[in-house]
Amino acid sequence: MDIRALLAGPTDVERAAVDDLLGPPESGWEGGHFTGLDGHVAYGGHAARERRNLLLPALHAVQDAAGSVSKGALGYISERLTVPPAEAYGVATFYALINTGSRSQTLIHVCDDIVCARNGADELKRSLEHELGPPGAIDPGRSWTPSPCLGQCDRAPAALIHSAGAGYRNLAPVEAAALTNLDFEELPTGLIHQGREELRLLHRIGHVDPESLDSYRSSGGYAGLAKTIDMGREGLIAALDQSGLKGRGGAAFPIGIKWRGVADAQDDVKFVIANGDESEPGTFKDRILMEGDPFAVIEAMTIAGFATGATRGFAYVRGEYPVAERRLVHAIDEARKAGLLGPDVAGAGFEFEIEVRRGAGAYICGEETALFASIEGERGEPRQKPPFPTEKGVFAKPTSVNNIETLVAVLAVLEMGAAEFAAVGTERSTGPKLFCISGDVTRPGLYEVPFGTSLRQLMTLAGGVRDGAGVGAVLVGGAAGSFVDAGNLDMELTFEGSAAAQTGLGSGAVIVFDDTTDFGPVLRRIAQFFRDESCGQCVPCRIGTVRQEESLARLTADRPLGGIAEERQRLEDLARVMTDASICGLGQTAASAVQSAFRLGLPGVAR
Amino acid sequence: MFGAGGGTSSYQEMEDTDLIVMWGSNAREAHPIFFHHVLKAINRGARMFAVDPRRTSTAAWADVWLGIDVGSDIALSNTLAWEIIKSDLYHEHFVAHATSSFDEYVESVEHWTLERGQEVTGVPADAIKQLAHEYATAPTAQLCWTLGITEHHNATDNVLALINLALLCGHVGRYGSGVVPIRGQNNVQGGGDMGALPNRLPGFQLVADPDLRGKFEKAWGTTIPHRPGKHISLMHEAMDEGELRALYVIGENPLQSEADAQQMERRLTGLDFMVVQDLFLTATAEIADVVLPAAGWGEVEGTFTSSERRVQRVRRAIDPPGEARDDLELMSMVARAMGHDWPTPTAEEAWDELRSLSPIHGGMAYERLDESGGLQWPCPTEDHPGTLFLHGRLWEEETGPKAPFSVVDWVPPVDALSEEFPLRLTTGRRLDSYNTGVQSGRYPSPRRIHGVLDLSPEDAEALGVHGGELVRVVSRRGNLEAPVRLDRSLRPGLAFMAVHFPDDTDVNQLTIDAWDPKSGTAEFKATAVRIETLVST
Amino acid sequence: MTITSESVSTVSARVDGTEIEIPEGATVLDACRQAGADIPTLCYGPTMTAANACRVCVVEIEGSRTLVPSCSRKLEDGMEITTGSDRARHSRRLVMELLGSASELDRAGERLDRWMTEAGAQPERFGAPGPESPREAPAPGHHHPADPKFAATVAEPAKVEDDLYVRDYGRCILCYRCVDACGVEHQNTFAIAVAGRGFDARISTEFDVILPDSACVYCGNCIAVCPTGALAGKIEWDMREAGTWDESSQEVTRTVCSYCGVGCNLDLHTQDGRIVSVTSPHDHDVTLGNLCIKGRFGWMYVSSGRGV
Repeated sequence: MDIRALLAGPTDVERAAVDDLLGPPESGWEGGHFTGLDGHVAYGGHAARERRNLLLPALHAVQDAAGSVSKGALGYISERLTVPPAEAYGVATFYALINTGSRSQTLIHVCDDIVCARNGADELKRSLEHELGPPGAIDPGRSWTPSPCLGQCDRAPAALIHSAGAGYRNLAPVEAAALTNLDFEELPTGLIHQGREELRLLHRIGHVDPESLDSYRSSGGYAGLAKTIDMGREGLIAALDQSGLKGRGGAAFPIGIKWRGVADAQDDVKFVIANGDESEPGTFKDRILMEGDPFAVIEAMTIAGFATGATRGFAYVRGEYPVAERRLVHAIDEARKAGLLGPDVAGAGFEFEIEVRRGAGAYICGEETALFASIEGERGEPRQKPPFPTEKGVFAKPTSVNNIETLVAVLAVLEMGAAEFAAVGTERSTGPKLFCISGDVTRPGLYEVPFGTSLRQLMTLAGGVRDGAGVGAVLVGGAAGSFVDAGNLDMELTFEGSAAAQTGLGSGAVIVFDDTTDFGPVLRRIAQFFRDESCGQCVPCRIGTVRQEESLARLTADRPLGGIAEERQRLEDLARVMTDASICGLGQTAASAVQSAFRLGLPGVAR
Repeated sequence: MFGAGGGTSSYQEMEDTDLIVMWGSNAREAHPIFFHHVLKAINRGARMFAVDPRRTSTAAWADVWLGIDVGSDIALSNTLAWEIIKSDLYHEHFVAHATSSFDEYVESVEHWTLERGQEVTGVPADAIKQLAHEYATAPTAQLCWTLGITEHHNATDNVLALINLALLCGHVGRYGSGVVPIRGQNNVQGGGDMGALPNRLPGFQLVADPDLRGKFEKAWGTTIPHRPGKHISLMHEAMDEGELRALYVIGENPLQSEADAQQMERRLTGLDFMVVQDLFLTATAEIADVVLPAAGWGEVEGTFTSSERRVQRVRRAIDPPGEARDDLELMSMVARAMGHDWPTPTAEEAWDELRSLSPIHGGMAYERLDESGGLQWPCPTEDHPGTLFLHGRLWEEETGPKAPFSVVDWVPPVDALSEEFPLRLTTGRRLDSYNTGVQSGRYPSPRRIHGVLDLSPEDAEALGVHGGELVRVVSRRGNLEAPVRLDRSLRPGLAFMAVHFPDDTDVNQLTIDAWDPKSGTAEFKATAVRIETLVST
Repeated sequence: MTITSESVSTVSARVDGTEIEIPEGATVLDACRQAGADIPTLCYGPTMTAANACRVCVVEIEGSRTLVPSCSRKLEDGMEITTGSDRARHSRRLVMELLGSASELDRAGERLDRWMTEAGAQPERFGAPGPESPREAPAPGHHHPADPKFAATVAEPAKVEDDLYVRDYGRCILCYRCVDACGVEHQNTFAIAVAGRGFDARISTEFDVILPDSACVYCGNCIAVCPTGALAGKIEWDMREAGTWDESSQEVTRTVCSYCGVGCNLDLHTQDGRIVSVTSPHDHDVTLGNLCIKGRFGWMYVSSGRGV
């Protein structure tokens, strides 16, 4: 490709960061030193352009080492990967965790999303503003920026701290003092709570050493893979069909059908992706699984490889989850050493390898087609379906994308047997399910319960509304979900039950608001979230999320344009076009919570 | 080739082929829209190889760039051939069925081992081997070239060496496979079509053939000399010898476009009489005895023939300025002034006369050209759809005349490198400019790079010069001053100048007019020079 | 229609109750247009892979939960398509209203005017247009709080950085056509890309460097596909600003480029006996509407007042 590279070169630190990731350049044409041979031959073309998928890892490498991506670094990455600089810039500026301007040595991302906002985030922001100035003020040492949900809602308020050269650290709950001296212990994996039944998804967490393969194996780990190999591909997929297991990421698609789709696709190259880009506000279950039971994720992906015929897997981990990423990378290394990954997995004659990819601060990348784009080194923009991923997924190859919880549930199916798994829950929602409860409850955390448990029962497990207050409303499914009011707490937590209550389980987020809540600011924060996280590709979402936020701003400021009724009509019109005509689920659900709040007449939004 | 002067293939075939070799062609800059078709193929998965001394913006798209030394094309071609033959990858059926002189050819390339090829061309043996194997085994392949092949003293041999490769692998005469000289000027193909060649009448019909000549004599009511005319280099010789005393120059600027400009100036000023017919008062026009103001593009009607042999209509959109006249009208006026009773035909009338005499154009009525967006010759009759690719006959039962292999020997460039002249200077075009800049100099291009000497960063460092510094470039024939520009696409020992700025940096002060006896083309691409730094006082 | 070759298989579908038969590979849009439905399009360009971005062409297909962009959806046998349902008309109107509320559309041509009028689109219902703002490099995922006084717009000063192009991004609807034309669809130069995210997404060079410092080769193939006049040749832009651009009085003459031997077709647009712009026909297979810098701008010698 005839790239016109930026004139500036990389600094030594930037060059070293890129070379650590990619290896030293193979020729002068790739950014290395020119030799006599380079004057007579150059290899490039298709092979060079195929390296584009390393773009985001390279941007991360520079960001990690230098704190931001300079012109020189971007130029060097472009040269190394044969990516046009304008496109590399387009990708870099897509992600909230990549900085292309100047920045402090340490950048503190402070969550001010709806859960943290109920747990002291505002005071935290005020104290940071007092100490460090407004967000974005560049102090050589430290600066701060507000952040959408960091997936630590069980211990809000949360912060994510990045120091150039020292990586990311999570902090929650945040004491303002810790952000001053930056001296704190790494967090243990989050709080989990048992439901009424024996745990099937969370039973190893807190009991096995997440960094020890032996520990995992001694508690039943890799028995599922052994069983799978005995059952064969057909046997496994039949068992999954029988189990009734549906995807836990929000779409509730039967896993047996998905895996069979990929298995039947005619292609030499297929992929399996574990979607660990959990970013739905109020959701933290996949983080806890990846941090606390990383080998389970790797084992389940390997089973997916066996089932689908895919030889390569990606575990795409949210950029805000450094512990999860580190533990998965470690688990993969251990599994590879033990022959449980590689050219001949467990001596069973099939090949499977896994690579971890880090997200970089983009909610949209949890959408499966946007995730493909992100892995490929493109902007994380969703793609039109059809074609569906089982036919044309990442790198245009048949791909199975599975949520982390779904993968772990596959192990539960193998452990329990399909019939027993199917016997848990209801007829159409089978098996155990994880729920993330946060907000105004006594014991926020992760709960495993059988499908069919009611919202009231779940809230009771979490100790009920804290400080003895009453229920204002519960947001089920996160920002993309819908509010349920106090009159509907007996709703059954199943796919069908939530649909009947005009909501959806989504990712399993359950955010409780007490009866003192003013929902105006909550809705505005949700609207702000969608405006911030819209990729910008399609008009209904790109502009619709802006107009929705503006309309709510006018309503909550008591300055409706043309009267409240007209403003409400405008919001409804926007909701319709976003829901009907957006490319992906982000736009299609961007008005869901807002519209449900109006429907229920929640305080603060509907005079 | 094989009797018809045109590229064998269509652009559409570029998009559908499996492998493309761009040899001595920077089409990315010199033929950007042709390269769009190449890019479509690349993006579809086709392989691309570039053979060029410079790693041009074309070469940057290649899977492999082979950076040959200037003028070693035949060495590379013969090495490729021997590797293909030795590895038994040549197309045995096609060679036996459709070609002749194969044994002589094999014998002539036998000593071109990969090692020798590497030694002469500078390209690593494994890269040569890779090209040989991929070209030979590709289901379809296109071999494209431009002036990097033809602006040499042995231009015709260079072309024949490439055609040998296509014959060897059966990469000609089929959809998707062919040999493609991409034309540098809008109507250089059309000029050939019209018989603007020393030995051909319109439609590539040989002057020497009495029957064909007779057909034209009858139509024109005159006698046509049976001896071929002179090509440009022979004209130069004839000027030197005093045989050629008068010149009628139409739409050319030879004072600045021909090699060895000082000698060219002596030739032109030594003429008894020179007429220049042009849109502009060019440098050549300034020294002419008579200048005829011509109407130009946008102001006249006619046709152009493109690199894929497609004849397309050219139309008048605005009025010519002042006294400027259509070329047809000017020539008729000259004829009348010389005592001949020529009417002034319309463009269509002239074209219809051509159609009546040139079988390959016979079916191309204006009306059809308008409707179809152009037709590709041969198109003999009005119900003929035109021809996508040439030489399909070679694959048929009855091949007609066999396509001969040509034995071609490699000889180095005439202007040899020496201690005194250690740098190889080559020339070419840049994206936004064209020839001597007469047209392209008149729009405000933000990409314009004025007359500079491009050097490799290594040579610049060795000479102790920096970008922008004025230096003197000296060849065995002349010298000029030019600012230095550092260019990574050049290796040490190789320098480059564009041809577009003769008023500032006239590269033809340096070039050699050693020319190819068969085509008359001069060796613009290989000049030996040295760089002298200018000491500021 | 007559099917002349046996190898062309067809699919049939119903559009607004009318049975349509059309060769395989056609899109829903093709089928709708064959049925005579006037579906608006903005980001769709016939020479390019559908970008799928503007969503103004959505229709209803039975069995589909959401509306379907007709430009990119391949027609399948037996599809039941409704172009004029309340749902489809609502989304089409809203898309045009949203675009009109954020971008200046006064140079987007009479087709869009007509579609907007027919749909009853009222962009002003979202509030008074917000003022110009610097749109370069806001941090992704962050924006200034919504201002209740205004509807945010993409207004910004036109970028005039050389003598050939003007980039007037206050008119940009982010249809991706310029990016795709500069990129993989045609030119493969990749001088521009979409940078930033969400409403702050914009067309940009690397680090927003000015065009002459970018990889741009001034082919103008982006201008050729811009549907809103956000990209324009400088001569045209200047004339439009001065109010002297008069398309109704212009003539278009098809000819062939005077430079290299590729044979690109050119349309010379003349006004008052002078060439004011050069384009290439999108339906000609040599160029597909594309040119190089010489083809699109190199004609100026013709009217450069040459003295012979």
